[in-house]
Amino acid sequence: MTELIKNGKRQDDRKPEEMRDLSIEAGVLKRADGSAYLEWGSNKVIAGVFGPQKCIPQHISNPYKAILKFRYNMAPFSVDDRKRPGPDRRSTEISKVSKEALESALILRHFPNTMIEIFVEVLQAAAGTRCASLTAASVALADAGVPMKDMVAACAAGKIGDEVVLDLAKEEDNAGKADVPIAIKPKSGDIVLLQMDGDLTPEEFDETLSLAKEGCMKVSEEQQKALQEKYEMEEGE
Amino acid sequence: MGNLSWNVKSKYIHQLAEKGERQDKRDMYKYREIDIEPNYIDNALGSARVKIGETDIVAGLSFDVGDPYSDSPDKGVIITNNELGPIASPEFESGPPREDSIELSRVVDRGIRESGALDLKELCIEEREKVWLIFLDIHILDYNGNLFDASELALTTALKHGHLPKYEDEKIHHKEEGEKIPLKKLPIENTFAKIGDKIMLDPCLEEEKSLDARITFSTTEDGLCAVQKGGSGSFTQEEVMKHLEKSFDHAEELRKQIP
Repeated sequence: MTELIKNGKRQDDRKPEEMRDLSIEAGVLKRADGSAYLEWGSNKVIAGVFGPQKCIPQHISNPYKAILKFRYNMAPFSVDDRKRPGPDRRSTEISKVSKEALESALILRHFPNTMIEIFVEVLQAAAGTRCASLTAASVALADAGVPMKDMVAACAAGKIGDEVVLDLAKEEDNAGKADVPIAIKPKSGDIVLLQMDGDLTPEEFDETLSLAKEGCMKVSEEQQKALQEKYEMEEGE
Repeated sequence: MGNLSWNVKSKYIHQLAEKGERQDKRDMYKYREIDIEPNYIDNALGSARVKIGETDIVAGLSFDVGDPYSDSPDKGVIITNNELGPIASPEFESGPPREDSIELSRVVDRGIRESGALDLKELCIEEREKVWLIFLDIHILDYNGNLFDASELALTTALKHGHLPKYEDEKIHHKEEGEKIPLKKLPIENTFAKIGDKIMLDPCLEEEKSLDARITFSTTEDGLCAVQKGGSGSFTQEEVMKHLEKSFDHAEELRKQIP
C-alpha cells in the first residue's frame, strides 16, 4: 500500500490542513420548506426540511417546544457494496447525534406542539458523510426560515501516519489512525457534535480538535455563501 | 418530558448544580458506589454483574464459530447488543427508546473494538474459513443513569474472566472452558454530564434527564480510543480537554476495582 502522506502531501495532493472542495446550494427542492444540496470532495448529499408542522404522532409532541426529527439515509448505490435500504444501527446513531447537534442552534420554543423534520439523503459517499449531511441540514433549516441562534457547521480531522490532517478522504479514513468528526456553532466555537475513534494522545486530540474547528469555520463561510446566493437569486426574480 | 412536575424537578437539579451540589450530596467528580461481580452466570463462559449506585446490569458472553468478514479474513468478530427491557424502567415500557439503545451498544462496542483490547487475530481459527464470533450482550435490570460506564465495566470484566468454549472436531462444546479470551487491555468509559455550565461525573437518571450535554471518554491503560458527545447542549474545547485528563484518573480508579 502506498503511504497516505509523504513529504507533506496526501494521496490527493492536499496539504495536511487542506479541505476537499466544498460547494453548497440552497433551495434545490420544490416540495420541501427548505433544502440544500452539497458536494464535498466526492460526497453528494441533499437535505430537505419540513415544518414546523403538526406533530405526528401527537403523543410525542412537547407543549414547551417543537420537536426535531432527523433522518440520515444512505442510498443503496451510494457506496461500493450496495447498502441495504432503510435505517441500520449506524444511520440511527448518526441521526441521533446530528439531531442533538442542531437542537442547541434552533429556537424550538417558538413552536410548541409542532415538529420539524429533516431528511438527508446521501447519494454518493466518500468519507465524512455525517459532517456533510449535518452541514447541509443546517443550510436547509436556514432556507426553511426556522429561527436559529447560529448555524451548525461540521468538519472532521484525524490522524494519518504520524500527522494530524483535516477532512479525511476515503482511503485515509479506512487506513488512518483516528477520525474525529465535530460540529460547532461558528459564532461561539462551542462544540455541538463530537465523536472520535482510533488512537490519539491527549495532545494529538487537542490538536485535532483545533484543526477540525478551523475546518468548521471554512465550512461556515460556504454555508453563508450558499444562503446569500439563494437570496440574491430571489431578488433577481 | 413535557410533564410539569418534571420541569420543576429539573429546575431544582439545575439550581443545585449551579451551587456545585448534587441531589445525593455527591462530589461533582465522584462515582456512586460500584459493585462488580465476575462470573455471575454459571451457564455463560464469561459474565459479570455491575452496579453503579442503583444502576444494575448483567453482561454475558456467548460464542459461535462462523465466517469472517471478507475485508478481515484473519480476524474474529464481536457483536454488541443490549436490552433496555421494561423491567429496568417504566420509561422503557411505552415503546423502547430504540436510538438510545443503539447508541449505547455502538459506544461500548467502540470502546472495546477501537482500543484493540481484544486481539481479534487470536480469535481466528482458520483464515478465510472459520473465526470465533463473540456476542457481547448487556441486560439492563435497573436503570438509574450512566449505562455507558456500567456496560463497559461489565463487558470488560466479563471478557477479562471469560473463556472461549472448547472447539474440537468442528464442534463447539459450550459447557467446557477452552482458552482464555485474548483481552490485552482493560477499556473503561467515563461519562460526564453538563448541567447549566457545571460538569459532573457519573450522572444518575434524574441528572441524565436534566442534562444539557454529555460526554463519554473511552480509554485504556495506553490512552484515548473513543469519544462520544450527546445531548443538545455544547462543550468548549477547553472543557473537553480538561475532562479527558480527569477521565484518565477515573478510568484507573475503575480499572483497579475490577477483580
